[in-house]
Amino acid sequence: MAHALDIQGLVKEYKAGQPVLKGISLSIEGTGLTSVIGPSGTGKSTLLRCVNRLIDPTKGSIWLTHEGVRVDMSTLQGKALREQRRHIGMVFQEYNLVERLTVMENLLTGRLGYIDAWNAWRRKFPQADIERAFELLDIVGLSAFAHQRADALSGGQRQRVGIARALMQHPRVLLADEPTSSLDPKTSVEIMTLLREQGRARGIPVVVNIHDVDLARRFSDRIVGMSGGHVVYDGDGAGLTEPILKQIYGGEDWLQ
Amino acid sequence: MSTTTAPTPPAAASRGVPFASSTTTRVVTFLLLAYTVYAVAQLDFSWNRFVEGLGHGARLIGKMFPPDLGKWDILVKGMVESMQIAVLATVLGISISLPLGFLGARNLMPGWVTWIARAIVAICRSLHPVIVAILFVKAVGFGALAGILALTVASIGFVGKLFAEAIEEISPKQVEAVRATGASFMNVILFGVLPQVMARFVGFVTYQLDSNLRNSTMVGIVGAGGIGGALFSAFQRFDYGFVFTILATIVCIIVLAEIGTNYVKKAFHV
Repeated sequence: MAHALDIQGLVKEYKAGQPVLKGISLSIEGTGLTSVIGPSGTGKSTLLRCVNRLIDPTKGSIWLTHEGVRVDMSTLQGKALREQRRHIGMVFQEYNLVERLTVMENLLTGRLGYIDAWNAWRRKFPQADIERAFELLDIVGLSAFAHQRADALSGGQRQRVGIARALMQHPRVLLADEPTSSLDPKTSVEIMTLLREQGRARGIPVVVNIHDVDLARRFSDRIVGMSGGHVVYDGDGAGLTEPILKQIYGGEDWLQ
Repeated sequence: MSTTTAPTPPAAASRGVPFASSTTTRVVTFLLLAYTVYAVAQLDFSWNRFVEGLGHGARLIGKMFPPDLGKWDILVKGMVESMQIAVLATVLGISISLPLGFLGARNLMPGWVTWIARAIVAICRSLHPVIVAILFVKAVGFGALAGILALTVASIGFVGKLFAEAIEEISPKQVEAVRATGASFMNVILFGVLPQVMARFVGFVTYQLDSNLRNSTMVGIVGAGGIGGALFSAFQRFDYGFVFTILATIVCIIVLAEIGTNYVKKAFHV
């Protein structure tokens, strides 16, 4: 079976001649939670954003395989790009909910790739989408908040809405860009649990950028260590030894 | 970023000076003050003239009493026309400002599009509504149509700019999240941009309606319809009693409109 995500020789330069990603090759299996760790500024966010093309890569290819379709995300434009984006769910560090919309409207945002502007304007979503939204609110434990505005929620609640919004897309891949960095330790564990469970339940791979090494070890099936725009470690949590962490983050005082 | 070298710090700050002082700010402030003094000296103001003027003013106000309440038909017809001009100009102006605002927002549109949209808005704003009204009276003849068109242009010039600026201040994160779902450009606008600016838009619209109400009482002076015409001819006939009635009515309408728009704003949680 082909990999769900196959990244080959990915290079991203924001300024010509100064690559942030220096040729990343990474294959993500059809299931399991993969954590990407590495120091700030090493290109973890850039890597995830290249996959759904919120950022355009400079070189390389990103093969997305789902239901027998295999496309190179890096070459798509316009409508074709938007159609493939619908299959990639994304969860953000600062939740990125539309603050002035209700929780329900934020969830239905996940279906915007499938309805036209006239129906979106009238908030006329298919009944199946609305039922799915209520189901997902049950799953993330926020049924009572359906008609609350997003800015009335706490951080942990917002991130649950963020995850539910991504799941509304019926994603074939779930990306999470530092989903726990703005949350307290207890909520972080709850969010990671939710991401892993939902990935397993739907049989889709979850790729998480994360700063917390212990959290990564605890929840990941696989850990990818990045440093200086390269992949420097690829393995399980047990193999993530001190020398390797030193290699990823540099220095050693922080390990004491 | 680990891949780039750290930025070099600016030239060493001298110790003992906690805040940088700007010579430019001082020079500009001084020039502004100097020009003010110069302009006052040029314009031949004198205290005597002011005191004399107070006397004239008192006599004018004296002539306004008792107010003339006998010309209800002219008053009502003029006020109704003024309000129609204001409302229609607001609706028309907002309808045109909305797309222009989006086209003028530099975070949504390519540079050359925003440049064109902003130029149109700037031209609309550059002339005073009364001057625009004179032009439209020449073009389409006396009456309310000229007033509506003039205030529509004024509305575009003002609200178009405010719309564009409000859109430029939105959070790009919320927009990014909507884009990531595969939403079309229009759907990104509807779910990612509009909710962020809607409350401010309502604020601008009510402000513009208020402004158009005031201006609609004035464009009549140049023949563009509304109560202004009646006001102007009352002045020319030295019919100060009727002038007072008209002015008092305008004040009442503006105050009522203020109360009304406050309700609208509350309804939209502005």
